[in-house]
Amino acid sequence: MTDVTTATVAPPRPTTLDTLESEGIHIIREAVGGARKPALLFSGGKDSVVVLHLAAKAFWPARVPVELLHVDTGHNFQEVLDFRDRTVERLGLRLQVASVQDYIDDGRLRERPDGTRNPLQTVPLLDAIAGHGYDVVLGGARRDEEKARAKERVVSLRDEFGQWDPRNQRPELWNLYNSRHLPGQHVRVFPLSNWTELDVWRYIEREGIELPGLYYAHEREVFQRDGMWLTPHHSVRVRETDTIETRVVRYRTVGDASCTGAVESSAATVDEVIAEVAATRITERGATRADDRLTEAAMEDRKKEGYF
Amino acid sequence: MATEIIATPSLLRFATAGSVDDGKSTLVGRLLHDTKSILADAYEAVARVSHERGSTEVDLALLTDGLRAEREQGITIDVAYRYFSTPRRTFILADCPGHVQYTRNTVTGASTADALVVLVDARYGVVEQTRRHLAVASLLRVPHVIVAVNKIDLLDYAEAPYRSIARHVESHAEALGLPSVISIPVSALVGDNVAVRSEQTPWYDGPTVLDVLETAPSIDEGADAVAAAHRHGIAHPTAADAAAAEPGWRLPVQLVLRPQDAAVDPAYREYRGYAGQVAEGTLRVGDHVVVQPSGRRTTVAGIDTPDGPLEFAGPGRSVAVRLADDVDVSRGDLLASASDASGAVKAFAAHVAWLAERPLRVRDRVLVQHGSATVQAMVTSIDGVLDIGLPGGTLDASIKEGHELLLNDIGVVRLQLAAPLAIEDYGHRRRTGAFVLIDPQDGATLAAGTARDKALGVTGDAYVSI
Repeated sequence: MTDVTTATVAPPRPTTLDTLESEGIHIIREAVGGARKPALLFSGGKDSVVVLHLAAKAFWPARVPVELLHVDTGHNFQEVLDFRDRTVERLGLRLQVASVQDYIDDGRLRERPDGTRNPLQTVPLLDAIAGHGYDVVLGGARRDEEKARAKERVVSLRDEFGQWDPRNQRPELWNLYNSRHLPGQHVRVFPLSNWTELDVWRYIEREGIELPGLYYAHEREVFQRDGMWLTPHHSVRVRETDTIETRVVRYRTVGDASCTGAVESSAATVDEVIAEVAATRITERGATRADDRLTEAAMEDRKKEGYF
Repeated sequence: MATEIIATPSLLRFATAGSVDDGKSTLVGRLLHDTKSILADAYEAVARVSHERGSTEVDLALLTDGLRAEREQGITIDVAYRYFSTPRRTFILADCPGHVQYTRNTVTGASTADALVVLVDARYGVVEQTRRHLAVASLLRVPHVIVAVNKIDLLDYAEAPYRSIARHVESHAEALGLPSVISIPVSALVGDNVAVRSEQTPWYDGPTVLDVLETAPSIDEGADAVAAAHRHGIAHPTAADAAAAEPGWRLPVQLVLRPQDAAVDPAYREYRGYAGQVAEGTLRVGDHVVVQPSGRRTTVAGIDTPDGPLEFAGPGRSVAVRLADDVDVSRGDLLASASDASGAVKAFAAHVAWLAERPLRVRDRVLVQHGSATVQAMVTSIDGVLDIGLPGGTLDASIKEGHELLLNDIGVVRLQLAAPLAIEDYGHRRRTGAFVLIDPQDGATLAAGTARDKALGVTGDAYVSI
């Protein structure tokens, strides 16, 4: 059977998506194979949806043997939360929700003056990891999102405070991922490390993956603030000077509604989004995330504090 | 144009290496810029910072200096990964800083690289650092090496210095047994021969850096088989030539898939498959299999994916394998084609790149991670340390005496295992020859290792079979 005489039986050249998919599945299997109690961060955002899709493939024909964890800022878009719950139901999985609102209500966290809750996710996340005893936490972060992330390992060690120490990272060699850690520590694992935004969208198209409708062009009431289109939401204080108007927009990321902006777009299908992303001249986070603009090192600071 | 971008190109992983001031960050910035991979806001941010620092030019090097500590110090402290694409290919670039933690960073970047771009300053030619880069490329068997002879603009685009450097590089490459090395005259600052052919170098008729990166076959595309075919005088090997030259396959078992009550469909309740990524070669349904380290034999009954069964699975593909017989297989085992499987070993010799602050000494206890297996081990001897500046010209002639390994040393080490591993010669099989050493106490990654059946400077049989 191994006697190969014609070119037709040689495997076809793997495409970029084939390679990235197999790499992602390999990372997920390795992470879970070495874990005592793994969790997968699932928000209903496109990157976490792709990680979950890869996990479903990695363990097929068994269900994904991993609990899902979502840190709910209380500022999430309702339709994304509905999508999250439908997905969990469809795959027969268990979801744990850590609620930032609970922490604010009982005084463990205080609302920031700017109303942004992304930086507040760290404490509930770390408490949930410690409380549930997760030792390996899968996430959808990509290295191309941001300069600090470009240097993070696929398997990233976090200390007792969830902190990432960029100067003391383990070397990561070949595809040999070391997820060993001491009691109290845990590792974050990023199967999409090597994917770009365009890869994610091309994969969503190839696999026919369903996403929340916000990712596609729709009519929405919006107002402009700091050069971004925000939507009226219970988390956003609309000022008298804000002019609310109806525009055709879509979201490139679907995080906290108070700091995630929509972009004007007519891309209503996956194909159209791919064409738009391929032609875009502004990075994903630059266009839509106010919190990353705070300082040049904003992401690095939050990662060191235990953020995703 | 949009359709070209949306097409599905293949992937190439490459690393860049250079000394301080060779212009490596500028070359990387130039590649990103000329392939239109820098988005407007990222470019504006770099332009703004350049301006704040009083520079009149946009410093492309700032694009790749990611961490705050690095920006403040103006140095790059860790391997950073960059992503860009052309209509022909997508690229993963591991940008390896050259000065501190030199071996650690270059070995890390080169371990996954299909190609290594080595920067040389045209004014100074091949220096010790260049020989180090070439030595690492040889030790890790990077399939393609591109020597970018940079700053030719400062030499008024003279041909002679380039020719002299190219000859030097060629003789080193030959001594090191590097299969594919090309020297290209470039100016990263101006852009000559990086992505665009220069009009200043009419005496150079070879490819640009990007030309080579776009066309060189990756490891998963059979780079080794293509190189072997070239050695045998076949200039343009077909896929069949490459497949025929391929010596069997390997698949480390990551998980046993036995869904039972957790099956996605009741039809799969009794399913039993072995999940893993094809490490080498192409496995096919019906192939004879040896399970390592037990040595049990069976055949491949099926290759499964959620998208349907496959007749064959090539290198890099993640699959689930069903076996014809009910043999005992668990995570950490290796499935190997029976035609060429070698036995598992309980002791072996290896080249070890030591990446930890504390030294490695004889009788130290470590963990060996190989594929999905982790086994306790003891260092039984340290037989020498490589002088990576290659005073002897070849790797073999550059082993000096040494009985401990310090940070960034590469040594010849013998290891005794507590349980057998199907570890093979890295010279023939990257994936099953590669391993890492882990600290059993705190879990830190200590070293990168490549098993060798003929270790440098060591005579006699390096492998001790069980």
